[in-house]
Amino acid sequence: MDEILEILEKDGRASIEDIAKMIRKKPDEVKKSIRKFEKDGAILKYKAVINKELVKDTDSEVRALIEVNIVPQKDLGFDKIAERIYSFPEVSSCYLISGTYDLLVIIEGKNIHTVSNFVAEKLSCLENVRGTATHFLLKKYKEDGVILKHKVQNQRENISY
Amino acid sequence: MELSKVVEKMQPSGIRAFFDLVLGMKDVISLGVGEPDFVTPWQIREAGIYSLEQGFTSYTSNKGLYKLRLGIHRYLKNKYGLDYCPDEEILVTVGVSEGLDLVLRAIINPGDKVLIPIPGYVSYGPVTELAGGTPVYVDTSKNGFKITPGLLKKYIDKKVKAIVFNYPANPTGISYRRKELEQINRFLLKHKILCISDEIYDDLTYDFKHIAFPTLPLAKKNTVYFNGFSKSYAMTGWRVGYACGPKEIIAAMTKIHQYTIMCVPITSQMAAAEALVNSKHSVDQMKREYNRRRLFIFSELNALGLKCSRPEGAFYMFPCIRSTGLSSMDFSRKLLEEQKVAVVPGTAFGAPAEGYIRISYASSLDNLKEALVRMKRFLEKRRSGR
Repeated sequence: MDEILEILEKDGRASIEDIAKMIRKKPDEVKKSIRKFEKDGAILKYKAVINKELVKDTDSEVRALIEVNIVPQKDLGFDKIAERIYSFPEVSSCYLISGTYDLLVIIEGKNIHTVSNFVAEKLSCLENVRGTATHFLLKKYKEDGVILKHKVQNQRENISY
Repeated sequence: MELSKVVEKMQPSGIRAFFDLVLGMKDVISLGVGEPDFVTPWQIREAGIYSLEQGFTSYTSNKGLYKLRLGIHRYLKNKYGLDYCPDEEILVTVGVSEGLDLVLRAIINPGDKVLIPIPGYVSYGPVTELAGGTPVYVDTSKNGFKITPGLLKKYIDKKVKAIVFNYPANPTGISYRRKELEQINRFLLKHKILCISDEIYDDLTYDFKHIAFPTLPLAKKNTVYFNGFSKSYAMTGWRVGYACGPKEIIAAMTKIHQYTIMCVPITSQMAAAEALVNSKHSVDQMKREYNRRRLFIFSELNALGLKCSRPEGAFYMFPCIRSTGLSSMDFSRKLLEEQKVAVVPGTAFGAPAEGYIRISYASSLDNLKEALVRMKRFLEKRRSGR
């Protein structure tokens, strides 16, 4: 992966000047590359990683993983039906999976009812959906490579040879 | 009680007092640390834990677990094409530190001299003295901190038996390219000087490929090669290193090792064995991160007017601070007291390093940035004479 992307993937707030110093390029060149990544869609957006367990008044307190079995459509395969599903704002992630089911859909809702309503009234009723299995998420430990726990302070001595 | 004369004259007291000052202070941003800021990669820690669960709590063979020695053999063969026999030519030690002590004790007779380039790692001289040898300090400060045959020539006589040096180097961050090493090797062979090569930072070579000393022409028989797990795998606290060399030297070292240490703790050896087979990805990741910090801080230090060359390896910068008019010690002490930033005075690594400080970039980028802001404040205050 491009080194600029590698740096930004770790720290979306890294400044152009700092990146330029880290990879020995001119700030203008870095700026240009980032613009290009943004234009091409390699960089889609910048966001904070939030540990929602610590945010009490959140709107999305319940998450569920839903296994969805699909009847693929002629010519379109899974893509069209996947699009119908992931376009719902409740869907936070949607993946096509190999194995015993087809789509893995991750839903966020205020409470258990909003999630079950979504499954019962929206998802299951779709023409090509053959069946669903819903798993409610109990606790998050790690997400996208980030461990959701405060790091233990570094225990090195402050000076050594 | 009267203490050993050799021990009594060891350790420059000023440096110790400065270290104590740093260790006693809270909320210090430290660029003074000689170890990685990463934690040992999980797969390695997990292997250590698993070995405990399995009940591996005994002594091992004095030379180290065969599994680990075989791992080292394969690793070096793969990486450098070096062929050391796991039975006779490899010894697992408590870090490279123990290994260096062993080799010097194994080869030195009273009156023997050992060449030690300075500024250099702090243990080489004292360990030579403890072994009954005489350190001959080679001042590299006017030679770009490097040794060359021309420089070494000025320091040798019939009594010189060995040289101890490391590259990439702590504290200067310099390293050597093949051509330079070949010249040094030819010189050492010609004068029958044993090469004790501490290559603990080999994986942290940034601008070119590291050349292991024993891979040079005819060098293997005249070299004791040292490496370990501390820096590449962020395993300082596990204390595992190894020595590879001619079998008679390794056998002599093993004799001392078996009486003084018995063996390296088995948990550490188990973890180290795992590190060798399954951690290339982690090592690469850490190296890339160090490299970014290196380039970042290099650019920043020069912008601050602290001149330094771009280091080729390890995780140290060695900037010159003479422009401030302060000595290494005064600079370090004042920077600590006024801005709570810890660095190591160059003189900790030998008197010729007066006018330099060692900055370690084994620290997060945020820490480095904050430290640089404080250093800037410190320097501006001095320059405006306030």
